[in-house]
Amino acid sequence: MSRTLIVAEHDGHSLNLSTAKCLSCALAIGGDIDIVVLGQDVATVSQQAAALAGVQKVIAVDAAHLAQPLAVNWAPEIISLAASYSHLLGPSTTLGKDLMPRVAALAGVGQLSDVMEVLGTHSFRRPIYAGNAIIDVVAAENTQVVMTVRIASWHAAAEGGSAVIEQRPATGSAASHTRYVGIESAGGERPDLQSAARVVSGGRALGSAENFQLIYRLADKLGAGVGASRAAVDAGYVPNDMQVGQTGKIISPDLYLAFGISGAIQHVTGIKDAGTIVAVNKDGEAPIFEVADIGMVGDLFTIIPELERLL
Amino acid sequence: MKILVGIKRVVDYNVRVRVLPNGSGMDTEGVKMSINPFDEIALEQALRIKEAGQATEVIVVSCGGDECQQQLRTGLAMGADRAIQIKTDAPLQALSLAQALLKVVEREQPGLVILGKQAIDGDNNQTGQMLAALWNRPQATFVSRMKLQGETATVTREIDAGLETIDVDLPAVITVDLRLNEPRFVKLPDIMKAKRKPLDVLSIEELGVAVEGNLKIVKFAPPPQRQKGIMVESAGQLVQELKNRGLL
Amino acid sequence: MPEREIMEYDVIVVGAGPAGLAGAIRLKQLKPDLTVAVIEKAAEVGAQILSGAVIEPAPLDELLPGWREAPPPVCLPVSKDELWFLTPSRRYRLPTPPQQKNHGNFIVSLGALCSWLAPQAEALGVDIFPGFAASAILYTAAGAVGGVIIGDMGVGRDGQPKDTYLPGIEIHAGLTILAEGCRGHLSKQLISKFGLDRDAQPQTYGIGMKELWRVQPGKSSPGLVQHTVGWPLDPSIYGGSFIYHMDKDRIAVGFVTGLDYADPEFSPFEAFQQMKHHPMIRDLLEGGEILSAGARAIVEGGYQAVPKTEVPGAILIGDAAGLLNVPKVKGTHQAMRSGMLAAEHFAENGSAQGFDARLRSSAVMRELHRVRNIRPAFYKGLWRGFITAALETITLGKLPRTFALHADDKSLRKIDGYNPPDRHWVERTMQPRDRLASVYFAATVHEEDQPVHLQILQPDICTTRCITEFDNPCTRFCPANVYEMVEGENGKRLQINSANCVHCKTCDIKDPYQIINWVTPEGGSGPNYQNL
Repeated sequence: MSRTLIVAEHDGHSLNLSTAKCLSCALAIGGDIDIVVLGQDVATVSQQAAALAGVQKVIAVDAAHLAQPLAVNWAPEIISLAASYSHLLGPSTTLGKDLMPRVAALAGVGQLSDVMEVLGTHSFRRPIYAGNAIIDVVAAENTQVVMTVRIASWHAAAEGGSAVIEQRPATGSAASHTRYVGIESAGGERPDLQSAARVVSGGRALGSAENFQLIYRLADKLGAGVGASRAAVDAGYVPNDMQVGQTGKIISPDLYLAFGISGAIQHVTGIKDAGTIVAVNKDGEAPIFEVADIGMVGDLFTIIPELERLL
Repeated sequence: MKILVGIKRVVDYNVRVRVLPNGSGMDTEGVKMSINPFDEIALEQALRIKEAGQATEVIVVSCGGDECQQQLRTGLAMGADRAIQIKTDAPLQALSLAQALLKVVEREQPGLVILGKQAIDGDNNQTGQMLAALWNRPQATFVSRMKLQGETATVTREIDAGLETIDVDLPAVITVDLRLNEPRFVKLPDIMKAKRKPLDVLSIEELGVAVEGNLKIVKFAPPPQRQKGIMVESAGQLVQELKNRGLL
Repeated sequence: MPEREIMEYDVIVVGAGPAGLAGAIRLKQLKPDLTVAVIEKAAEVGAQILSGAVIEPAPLDELLPGWREAPPPVCLPVSKDELWFLTPSRRYRLPTPPQQKNHGNFIVSLGALCSWLAPQAEALGVDIFPGFAASAILYTAAGAVGGVIIGDMGVGRDGQPKDTYLPGIEIHAGLTILAEGCRGHLSKQLISKFGLDRDAQPQTYGIGMKELWRVQPGKSSPGLVQHTVGWPLDPSIYGGSFIYHMDKDRIAVGFVTGLDYADPEFSPFEAFQQMKHHPMIRDLLEGGEILSAGARAIVEGGYQAVPKTEVPGAILIGDAAGLLNVPKVKGTHQAMRSGMLAAEHFAENGSAQGFDARLRSSAVMRELHRVRNIRPAFYKGLWRGFITAALETITLGKLPRTFALHADDKSLRKIDGYNPPDRHWVERTMQPRDRLASVYFAATVHEEDQPVHLQILQPDICTTRCITEFDNPCTRFCPANVYEMVEGENGKRLQINSANCVHCKTCDIKDPYQIINWVTPEGGSGPNYQNL
């Protein structure tokens, strides 16, 4: 039977949603599931992890040198716990992507990145070529499976559990060659288009650079990044680094709102991995409606202010 | 100090790749191949460090069949001093690649290894981290800014929570993100000069690295098409629908 | 003026197509000590070349006698020829004209052929530089051509250098061979500067569009070559389609229209898409997918329009010289032969002098002379064209007459009082939805922050005269949706989506005011065709 260890992601105060998403993936694999919480003063976070339904045990490893998620310090701790587990899971966030390959290399096995579907205990599905192809990967039966779980593909597992919390001392000490200096949080400013969970985009129908303020205002209300179609860029409404699509950025936010974007294949290529696509366009025949999860035919100049009011 | 830069030959960023109809792989017949764009940024960074007088030699290394010599030559034309091909016709998993790179690291003793954060074909984002683990040295991934001072690199990492800064002592492995720099154009006369720069070939067997890993790709498929969803009539309905789906 | 680095070669060839590569190979075969370079604006050799293509192998046999042992990756012997006349719903088999008989010929991808030729040239010591555009001709103090200047890289949209700015170098050469293909950017300048077309008829052109499809298994009959005439064109427009059946369930389908059409509202792209909806073609393609698509202007003037092909220091070859054989719908063999001829000429004489006479007494021009009246015969419509073509064919072009040509930019009618004929076009359902979607399959890319490479010399004409006289035909003749008239604050304005451009040159040719000037964008920009 499978035994899975999930590496919890947190900021010292609260558990990141990505952990509950990893749990969904672990539940799909089946068997026993534990979560390890590495950090300093992790009691609160450990309780949050223990409250997730389906978790057997939460292992809390509390040490000053684990306060920051430096892979050089975290990876050996995971390895010291790993022997009894068949599967080691981390999220496909920058934390998981930094950490899990280091874990896998120390464990002497390959790693699967961005697992989007579980086909069996040792068989998984993941995207390559920026989502232009999906591959099925099989891990050898007798080897440990180390993976990152593609956050956008999984729902967060429910709460309602009451796992035991086990304290374990750290086995290692701080690596002297790597020192945490600090972090400038992205807060305050508009989130980066590439990594934003929500993105609001405008097309040529905005009509001018001034009108694009509508898009910025709505985005700020939603805490969203701002994108644009190539047509809006070509018309000079916004700079090119805001372009979403084949010749711009390929993004996969949880929520994508497209206003006045016709949905040329070049644009859709850039958002095909988005969680939910909302499209507002005057033209009911616009191709964007063929890929939109929620569509609305209408004038963006009346709809955006209304949305702003309702949000 | 030597800097080792890994470069991978990949289907060009601008080419739309397709899955072969029988699902056995990607259709790469007649498609343009290039240096992985993140690796180009890695090389640019190495060249800038050398031009700033903080390194003496930039070595590009690639792993693959003889066709990857084309990308190594491009790297030499950009300004690398010499090239190493780790020759194998087998498709390598990241762990085997990291093991092979470690062998080159042991031979060359670089102060820095700079790699792209991921290759745009496999999208793995693993090799740098694995090499750092096997080498037992620091890793700095997703780097968008870096400064060298003596034996320490101060790097800014673009992570989900913001811009994190860490100090790593050399030797170290750095994997770079898009915003670190804009790679230079290759100068035509430098293409000619690159033809005369040294390119060593090491077979992977000679390095003693096993090409078999524990993971196996058994099927390739095109991504599922997005389906047409629902239409709403008003902004109110739209907001309600988003709330119902837990998106607001 | 930036300080430019200089590289020196004996011969510089502009354009890595069949003409330029055959010329370069031949030069090194004859005189291995010559230094020869080929520059190519596409990021990779073959990425911006587009042709049917069925080729005659004779020049390849001559150039690379062993080629059949290691043929190019896409290369099938033609097994069968068919010519069909289409009505909106039916088809009628026509006898295949002798020029179009393809026994012994091969279906190839010209892009793949060139990327197969390139390493063979390199093996002989030719330096090939893809990704570098020749932006200007270099003249010596004596006024001869002395080489080319490579375009600057890293210039912003505003014309100012960016951080990555790299001034283009000068390539000095004793001989510059312009092998740019139809309506070459430098060739156009040279022809104009030296008046090379003084004694020639105006050059005429067509536009060819092509899609490579992967069809459902069993639908392709590898080796089958089909051509159609008739619907969706009305008899006043010269053109037709080609359907070449290839291996691996692939079919190349394309459409060619003469650019001498008069209807200002006509859209060649739309005609191509219509043609795919004829039952004969739709049945083949339905259920398949597009792998690659593109467009390119074709030189059609033939014998009468060939300009003088030499100036001191330079030679024009291939389609840049207008050597395509229209009735055969083939130019590759002519391109290769003229390239080899240029090589032989330079190897013997060490200069361009005398090349034009040599070309005109060669098999290349003899072939064009025989068919010189066939294409212009179609000025009078499809059926009269067929009759004249038959007559000219029977007499091997020996009748003592040569028809005149009309310039394509003069052929459009004004919209005032003009009603396009009903061509019985149908509602389209097949891919691509529109030109933008088609461009997607061309994988065309231009760095956004660079000067617009489609220069409008007198922009006010678009919104004052053209809009009322011709209804802005650029918005229709461009197959890549580069030109759009959009509502601006002061009425309509022309929007140039230059990043869509597939470098076909149709706008440079067909614009009735001749105010569109196509110049080379940053090297490596443009389409990235796969196996076209």
